[in-house]
Amino acid sequence: MNVTLSDIWFVLFVVIIGGYLILDGFDMGVGILHIPFAHSDGERRVLLNSIGPVWDGNEVWLILGGGVLFAAFPLVYASLFSGFYVAMMLVLLVMILRTVAIEFRSKRQSPRWRTGWDVVFALSSAGLALLLGVAFGNVLKGVTLDADGNIRMSLIDLLGPIPLLVGVTTVAMFAMHGSIYLSMKTDEALNARIRVWLPRLMAAFFVLNTLLIAALVVFHPSITDRYAQNPWLVAFPAAALAAILGAWYLLRTGHQFWAFVASSAMLFLLLVSAAAGVFPNLLISTVDAANNLTIYNAASADGTLTVMLIIALIGMPFALLYTAGVYYFFRGKVVVEPTGY
Amino acid sequence: MDAVLLSRVQFALTASFHFIYPPLSMGLGLMLVVIGLMYVRTKDPKWRRLSFFWVKVYALVFAVGVASGVVQEFEFGTNWAEYSRFVGNVFGSLLAAEGVFAFFLEGGFLGLMIFGGNRLGPRMWLLATFLVVFGAHFSALWIMMANSWMQTPAGYEIATTPPPVRAVMTDFWQTVFTPSFIPRLLHVWVASWTMGSALLLSVGAWYLLKKRHAEMAKSMVALALPFFVVFAFLNVTLSGSEQAREVVGNQPIKLASMEGLWQSQSCAPAYVVGWVDEAARTTTGISVPCLLSLLAFWDPNATVSGLDSFGAEPIPPVNLVFQAYHAMVGLGFLFVVIALVALLMFFWRRRLYASRWMLWVLVVTVFLATAATIAGWWTAEIGRQPWIVYNVLETAKAGSPVVGATDVLLSLVMFIALYAILFVLFLFLLNAKIQAGPEPLETVETASVSSLPDTFRDIFRRQPRAG
Ligand code: HDD
Ligand code: HEM
Ligand code: HEM
Repeated sequence: MNVTLSDIWFVLFVVIIGGYLILDGFDMGVGILHIPFAHSDGERRVLLNSIGPVWDGNEVWLILGGGVLFAAFPLVYASLFSGFYVAMMLVLLVMILRTVAIEFRSKRQSPRWRTGWDVVFALSSAGLALLLGVAFGNVLKGVTLDADGNIRMSLIDLLGPIPLLVGVTTVAMFAMHGSIYLSMKTDEALNARIRVWLPRLMAAFFVLNTLLIAALVVFHPSITDRYAQNPWLVAFPAAALAAILGAWYLLRTGHQFWAFVASSAMLFLLLVSAAAGVFPNLLISTVDAANNLTIYNAASADGTLTVMLIIALIGMPFALLYTAGVYYFFRGKVVVEPTGY
Repeated sequence: MDAVLLSRVQFALTASFHFIYPPLSMGLGLMLVVIGLMYVRTKDPKWRRLSFFWVKVYALVFAVGVASGVVQEFEFGTNWAEYSRFVGNVFGSLLAAEGVFAFFLEGGFLGLMIFGGNRLGPRMWLLATFLVVFGAHFSALWIMMANSWMQTPAGYEIATTPPPVRAVMTDFWQTVFTPSFIPRLLHVWVASWTMGSALLLSVGAWYLLKKRHAEMAKSMVALALPFFVVFAFLNVTLSGSEQAREVVGNQPIKLASMEGLWQSQSCAPAYVVGWVDEAARTTTGISVPCLLSLLAFWDPNATVSGLDSFGAEPIPPVNLVFQAYHAMVGLGFLFVVIALVALLMFFWRRRLYASRWMLWVLVVTVFLATAATIAGWWTAEIGRQPWIVYNVLETAKAGSPVVGATDVLLSLVMFIALYAILFVLFLFLLNAKIQAGPEPLETVETASVSSLPDTFRDIFRRQPRAG
């Protein structure tokens, strides 16, 4: 098999989205659950400060994903974003609210001001996870892509049962992932409370995800077909299953850091499993398979892809280096300071 | 109303709103680096107090910049799908490069900058600050590259098979260094620094007026004033005039619109104020003879092409471009006057600190500088109409075929409401921060400066914090 530039960029795109799921996934998870977790303003500040120094860097992965989609697969960028217009506007709304909520809340002492922004932060975090999941669900199940690459679907059309199931599963997945992160960053009463929640969250996610996989197998055989053709691909979902079981075991034995690593691996492997199922399609047309946008017919010219590859090879090592450096610097339990959130 | 028109309104609104914050981060960031350098050199605790204060303001500005920036990144796909299909090969890669090179730098070190005061020694904190600010300037570099390619496209060819029609990069360096890129980048940087130094002047002046934090206020004013003077001069000389000459060479229709010049003439005038009657194709107002020819060609007798000399070529809404341009230039010269008066009053036995009217002038300067920046953008973007990619792709053909007018109307209403609320909250919080003033070091410092890690070796040998 010949590896083309399109293949390379598909892999890189999956890696970037995977980076986003792992990193912004845990801070969305913290957002979703911080209200039930924290019982005082002091505890709430611990939770917010656990993501305070890193959330902006985490979000950059999504911005980069958008930029890479635009540059490497412009036809998909255009069709997807304009086709999901109303949903995308809602995504922007919740992203804006999330960003300003965490920044604005600490700026005033008043309890009402703080509670208000806490609610905004929780709802927008959950909303973002749900919307991204629904959008991803639609990509998995296919959209009404016509011959000109246009998708004509209203918001209601996007809210099918399977996309909604993907959305809810995403919320549960991030809530679980964020809680594992918090079990590593907190201590004392707060930590004990989170540990009570963890098994429930993991069970909820596990049930939802199993349901989802069953639904996909039954209703969308196109994905299973790919697995039937290339049985070795089953290694990915199998590894994901091993990773989640590993996370559960590591948590029970008190290895929070490694549990978080396992949970991250699981998120990534699930994404890879889905990507392997749709490959080489990026957008599947439910109208006519000839309209599918694939990584070959939607890609930019080789010149652009080469330039981008050079840019990525120069830039990404630096990006990874300082991301790792910042996480290393802020490792350990959270300490709340007057200059923090 | 059609969807493209509404999308244009929406883009203009969201971009104008976004562009309040990044220039402030660049300009205020530069000031923060200077303040940090002052502390490292003099060890005077007042600079440290100022760092703690302005870093908090920076975090606020940055957050709104990020929130509104994400919108920009996605709007090309949502509202300008045909545009995205057409330019993805060229323009998309520049946006992606911005993410790889600049946003990771900013996003990564922002945490260290905001939380750095109590965790890093002064030199390491300064380094983190510098890297964030460097990232912001780097981000502007890529985005200006992308925008300049839309203004003066180069290094591409049009490919038609397989459909859709699109621009394909033929020469990377030509697409990157388009003719307008360097002058525009420098102009944007200088404008941003003007805004940043004006912010320090304004806040310092405010404290002096309210008789609060007098010592801190004087330090801020004395620190920022020389920078403001230099930037104000740069705006109208090197930076502004080069920008105008770039437009002369590359977009003569825009230049004629900026000055409302209908007939070609030698010794063409430049207006101080004026009004363009687009129906009658005339411009009236107070003008300086020959000034336009002088500015554009360094020769008072040179001939400048008027709008009527371009035959059937489409022209932008002339009066709007004219007014935006004159607002920017007028403000640019006003800043020079403000800078000079302030400087004289400063050297004349520090009269500046006591002169109430002059302090009030300084308080409003930061708002005027922001207005000038936005007016500059309106000149640039409206002046290239009806093209979205100059002389290559029309705006009217660049929208999203599937997005209806109702959808855009709804999102536009959402953005108007959301941005209005954000803007009010931003001003409210900024004001609250400013009213609170620089806190005494004892309340913000949790560790003594000397105990903090101040070299790379200290940082990586540091033990994990207990509890
Ligand atoms: C503090 C802000 C500020 C000030 C005082 C000035 N400018 Fe400016 N100007 C900008 C901020 C700005 C800007 C926002 O940064 C723009 C928008 C697009 C760009 O590249 O820079 C701009 C654009 C812009 C353009 C349009 C460029 C294009 O279409 O590509 C011209 C011709 C000038 N400027 C010229 C001037 C002159 C002759 C000035 C002084 C007398 C001046 N500017 C002062
Ligand atoms: C990389 C930077 C930018 C790009 C790529 C860009 C691109 C665009 C696009 C696609 C449109 C809509 C189509 C059109 O009407 O031409 C537009 C319009 C506009 N933009 Fe920009 N823009 C950029 C930066 C800005 C900034 C920072 C501002 C303002 C501060 C701005 C102000 C406007 C305005 C006022 C319009 C409306 C013009 C009209 O429709 O008549 N732009 N720009
Ligand atoms: C219209 C096109 C534009 C797009 C697509 C865009 C995109 C973005 C995005 C996605 C962010 C958030 C980055 C983060 O999370 O760290 C951002 C912030 C930023 N943008 Fe823009 N931007 C545009 C216009 C501009 C212009 C014209 C400039 C400068 C000349 C600029 C400079 C910055 C800077 C410095 C930041 C960092 C945030 C801050 O400092 O407030 N952007 N932009």
